[in-house]
Amino acid sequence: MSILKIEGLYKSYGSQAALTNIDLEIPAGKVFGLLGPNGAGKTSLIRIVNQIIEADKGEILVKGESLAPKHIKHIGYLPEERGLYKRMKVAEQLLYFAQLKGLSANDAKKKVRYWLDKLDIAAWKDKKIEDLSKGMAQKVQFVATVIHEPEILILDEPFSGFDPVNAEIIKNEIIEMKDNGTTVMLSTHRMESVELLCDHLAMINKSHKVLDGSVQEVKDQARSNTFSVMLRNVNGSLPEGIWDHKTTIEGHQEFKIKMKDDEPNIFVSELMKYGEILGFSEVIPTIEEIFIQKVKDNEHE
Amino acid sequence: MNKVFLVIKREYLARVRKKSFLLATLITPLVFPAILGVFLWISLSDEGEEALKIIEVVDEGNQFFMESSGQYAFSYSELPVDEAKAMVQDGRRYGFLYIPKVDIKDPKGIVFYSGNSTSVSLVDHLERELKRKIEDIRLYESGIDPGFIKSIKTDVSISSVTLGEKGEEKMTDAGVNYALGFVLGILIYTFIFVYGTQIMQGVIEEKSSRIIEILVSSIKPFQLMLGKIIGIGAVGLTQFLIWIVLISMVSTVVMGYFGMQMPQQQVMEMTNPEMAQAMAQSSEVSKIIQVLQGIDFLQLIFTFLFYFLGGYLLYGAFFAAIGAAVDSPSDAQQFMFPVTIPLMASYFGLFVFILDDPSSNISFWLSVIPFTSPIAMVGRASFGIPAMELILSMLFLIGGFFFTTWIAGKIYRIGILVHGTKVNYRTLWKWVKQNN
Repeated sequence: MSILKIEGLYKSYGSQAALTNIDLEIPAGKVFGLLGPNGAGKTSLIRIVNQIIEADKGEILVKGESLAPKHIKHIGYLPEERGLYKRMKVAEQLLYFAQLKGLSANDAKKKVRYWLDKLDIAAWKDKKIEDLSKGMAQKVQFVATVIHEPEILILDEPFSGFDPVNAEIIKNEIIEMKDNGTTVMLSTHRMESVELLCDHLAMINKSHKVLDGSVQEVKDQARSNTFSVMLRNVNGSLPEGIWDHKTTIEGHQEFKIKMKDDEPNIFVSELMKYGEILGFSEVIPTIEEIFIQKVKDNEHE
Repeated sequence: MNKVFLVIKREYLARVRKKSFLLATLITPLVFPAILGVFLWISLSDEGEEALKIIEVVDEGNQFFMESSGQYAFSYSELPVDEAKAMVQDGRRYGFLYIPKVDIKDPKGIVFYSGNSTSVSLVDHLERELKRKIEDIRLYESGIDPGFIKSIKTDVSISSVTLGEKGEEKMTDAGVNYALGFVLGILIYTFIFVYGTQIMQGVIEEKSSRIIEILVSSIKPFQLMLGKIIGIGAVGLTQFLIWIVLISMVSTVVMGYFGMQMPQQQVMEMTNPEMAQAMAQSSEVSKIIQVLQGIDFLQLIFTFLFYFLGGYLLYGAFFAAIGAAVDSPSDAQQFMFPVTIPLMASYFGLFVFILDDPSSNISFWLSVIPFTSPIAMVGRASFGIPAMELILSMLFLIGGFFFTTWIAGKIYRIGILVHGTKVNYRTLWKWVKQNN
């Protein structure tokens, strides 16, 4: 079931299109990765979902209902450009953000206490942000995003600006929230985090959606029937033209081969005539490679 | 609306709790009475202790006799000029007045020498004395008794009375009304600038520290802007309230110490009709009393508060929009122009036209156009304003407030999310036109 459904979304700034006919379905309780190079339209899409800007056309449904101000309470947002009031105390600040999200003063106080304890920053609650270390402030920033325990958590480049230790803490929090049923939508251009975290992903390039599906589906789609082969004791020369890439290291030959409709088994038996097969494996592109390929394909169009 | 209240609360508390607020609030009202106190103290202590100043007079024609006063003593001699000058130089004399033998119809060549730079008031005093003496001599010569001239001197004092629409009579006095209009106009001008700048800085702070995007994902930009403007306005009102209380208290103490009565107390006594009657002999005082009685203070306070807040809100929205359009306070300068110009215009208009003739055409327009009316109208307030004009101006101001806030809201909404782009007037106009 999809908790968030985006249909035919358009947005442009003057003559420049930011989003063109975007359709997306974000499944409930999963981590959804929104990928794309800088300037692709990710932030515009995220801002529209957060009701910061309005779409030119199209509709967004939250659990089947049209997106409305009442949904603000159920969405947590960590923008790419983020900050806190430097001269405000940690607890006061969190209280303010929680109340702005629609929590009552009492509930907000309880949540502040809970989250400060959870992330080990309770001792700092009466310190001003300007007196905190950067890492500490980052934790406070994350708490400000999740303080109202939203059903949908939207994170724009969540790991940018976080030091590795805090990034790890945040990652674990995200996974924990997902396990508790929170839907997470994160945008990033750091691919290594996508494969670790995301269940689903969509890719946007130059305002268009170019890819959409579960991580497995996306990878399957990108399989090109390419295999990586390693041979030893090659006798004679291999037929020309079938390998993309060949390296010779200490008598070993390593190459990639793209098959047509041949079955791998037939090919392997053919290969055995040339030498001893040390390795034979399918080349499955990483998300990063898929991403780069898609961006390149787009440029040629 | 609940969220607007949260913003108001935060903006208010964040400022009121600051030490600098406390300091500025406490020190500012102490500064003026303190300065006043110091002046009074100096001038009072001066009077008793000052040594008698001796002025040497060499009157070659023996025509004039200067009478010594408490401050100055005139010593007559027939010393040569050089010797008298030397007495001034070595400090035996404060000054030396040299009167050559002059033609009484055309007295020329009178010189006053002094060691220090000469005080203007002393020279004035000397001139007046000599003038009087010469006039007396000439009257005498032409056979007219100076006593007769004194006896025919007549004082004329015109009471200026304004007739109200229902025929009620009201004493007016340019001086009193001028002072009131002057003070109230400056108060509004200062308030708009000081607190408008605070709005701008607040917006820039939220923008540059990147809190803004978190905020606008929870609250509509317009609500945020409104909350900030109202919150800071409340800070200003609080500050003024504290000042009024403090100034009254401190002035009472200071004035009381120097044996003076406080203006407020006088006003209170004056509004008491019996007291007023008793004091009516002194015509100048009674005139001021009557003028003050003629002013509808309730209306004045109401008018002041209305334009005070109206003007602040009208311009506050602009300051917020400017803050949203720029990345740092130094960039804001270029957009301050359209805010500064009408405010300056109304400020100068207040002095040049309104206080001079509150009912002239230009005064009317200045006090109806919403951009100038906050300052212009309070300048007119104590003179009495026709009800129709007041209502018209107020409606325009309310309309103007909605208009500027609407325009500013559009700029604000887009501006707060724009970073690192050079924004000019054309960009602003594009934002205003943009629908979403």
